[in-house]
Amino acid sequence: MTSKSKAKKRTIFFAVLAMILIVVSILAPWLCPNDPNETNALYMKAAPCRQYPFGTDSLGRCVFSRVLMGARTSVFSALFLVAVTFLAGSVLGMLCGYYGGLLDAVVMRLADTMLAFPQMVLAIAVAGILGGGMGNAMLALGITGWTLYARLARSQVLAIKKEPYILAARLGGSSDVRILIRHIFPNILPPLLVNAATQIGVTMMGFAGLSFLGIGVQLPNAEWGSMINEARGYMQLAPWTVLAPGGAMVLTVMIFNYLGDSVQELMDVKAQ
Amino acid sequence: MGKYIGKRLLQMIPVLFGVTFLTFLLLYLSPGDPAEKKLKAQGIAVSDEVVEQVRQEMGLDRPFLVQYADWLFDALHGDLGTSYKDGRSVTDKLAEGMGNTLILSLASLFFSLLLSVPLALYTAVRKNHFSDYLIRFLTFVGNSVPSFLLSVLLIYFFCIQLKWFPVITKGTLQGLFLPMLALSIPMISRFIRQFRAEFLEQLSQEYVTGARVRGVKEHLILLCNVLHNSMMPLLTIVGLSVGTLMGGSVVIETIFMWPGLGKLVMDSITARDYPVIQGFVILMAVLYVGINLLIDISYRVFDPRTQSV
Repeated sequence: MTSKSKAKKRTIFFAVLAMILIVVSILAPWLCPNDPNETNALYMKAAPCRQYPFGTDSLGRCVFSRVLMGARTSVFSALFLVAVTFLAGSVLGMLCGYYGGLLDAVVMRLADTMLAFPQMVLAIAVAGILGGGMGNAMLALGITGWTLYARLARSQVLAIKKEPYILAARLGGSSDVRILIRHIFPNILPPLLVNAATQIGVTMMGFAGLSFLGIGVQLPNAEWGSMINEARGYMQLAPWTVLAPGGAMVLTVMIFNYLGDSVQELMDVKAQ
Repeated sequence: MGKYIGKRLLQMIPVLFGVTFLTFLLLYLSPGDPAEKKLKAQGIAVSDEVVEQVRQEMGLDRPFLVQYADWLFDALHGDLGTSYKDGRSVTDKLAEGMGNTLILSLASLFFSLLLSVPLALYTAVRKNHFSDYLIRFLTFVGNSVPSFLLSVLLIYFFCIQLKWFPVITKGTLQGLFLPMLALSIPMISRFIRQFRAEFLEQLSQEYVTGARVRGVKEHLILLCNVLHNSMMPLLTIVGLSVGTLMGGSVVIETIFMWPGLGKLVMDSITARDYPVIQGFVILMAVLYVGINLLIDISYRVFDPRTQSV
């Protein structure tokens, strides 16, 4: 009991932190002290000062403003991708588990094939061949991401579809769609949600990795991975240009990882 | 046993078919015409007649499935096509980088296991003590630091501030240390967390209590019973991390200029040298599938309980 209530407290704590992060990213354009894309030739690689709290980069852009705008890119792209893969994967998995047959065989073989690729290897190849950009990076990471939810949803549906309450719903004249939405989905949701929560941090790091390699978010848009890549060449002269986006990245990923962990503990399910 | 291995190998065939098909499809995902891309990668001015001629040379005027079958036939014979950039065989290029990537990956894996097994065992024994909390917190940080950031920080401290290591590694032994460390730290963090959970599971088993009651020394229980019984789950965890290792090495080889497959593929992406990217993806997928198959088979070999299933 005590460990349960502790997990609950922890979940609420990290959920609040995550909410703050999300609110900050929504409000980022209004919180920036300077224009994140405005260059200033008088203040190139300037140390942190009152006007530029995290200093400036090699073009004299405000690092603090860029970190803030980068939060928007990182947080939203990760949340969006996790939501899309979660929905697509869960729906496919539910349909496969419920109807079985040819659809099931085809989708599951496709998932097996996707899982045969190491995720980042395929993501780098796809993003590299497509030529980068936000949409392509999402596609590159999402192409394998959905399999996690599809397989899990399928196995969960298989486990419950012969339960008396499902049969009762069918005898009561409910349509398949209604049974899937009203009776099956709420029952298989917890493990799916836990897995989605644990994927947010991983997805964020995947995005940043692609951007770092130059095949994710394209310049001049602010993104933490690409900022670090840009700044590593003059790190000895202006370490804050790496440390600020790096610190923001680690902090954000940690908050979402802790959130995923405590949700997992709270719901008492094993992540895949 | 032989029957089981045969069955597993047969099951791999459709997966490998899918893998090759998707990899072949990758080239068609890319914007533009392959013949034009080949010419551009070689720096040749593109005109309609030249493109048409190259299209015929490359067999691009044939139906898609015929091209795939042809490519697959060659791939099965170890011929993954030629590089757009310098016309060399992709297989040769991959073979050159393979050695260095293997050295880096195996060194990182070995180093990670060397540190994480004792540390995980220690945290499991000292559960909820200060040292357990501290190590677990550190593993959490290690899990949340992207490897590229870690590499940049390692270069900053060890190469620029302390000047202990050269910035560009060039595949030497001295240059191996930092990329190995960068690849290991996230892996060690994950291993410690997962190994610890496994050791705790084993420590809660009744045979441990039984051994304690009989007065068996604690370190003997840990080394001879707990560690021994955790071997297979540990191997599974290691197998699952091989994919992460492969992806991570691309990033790290690029940063440290380690002359392996990862650096080769990033250079090929920059040069739009698609056949090399294709060859790399297929090599990684086959290796990944193969390693996981080996682990599944080793389950049958080492755990007699699964043999009757």
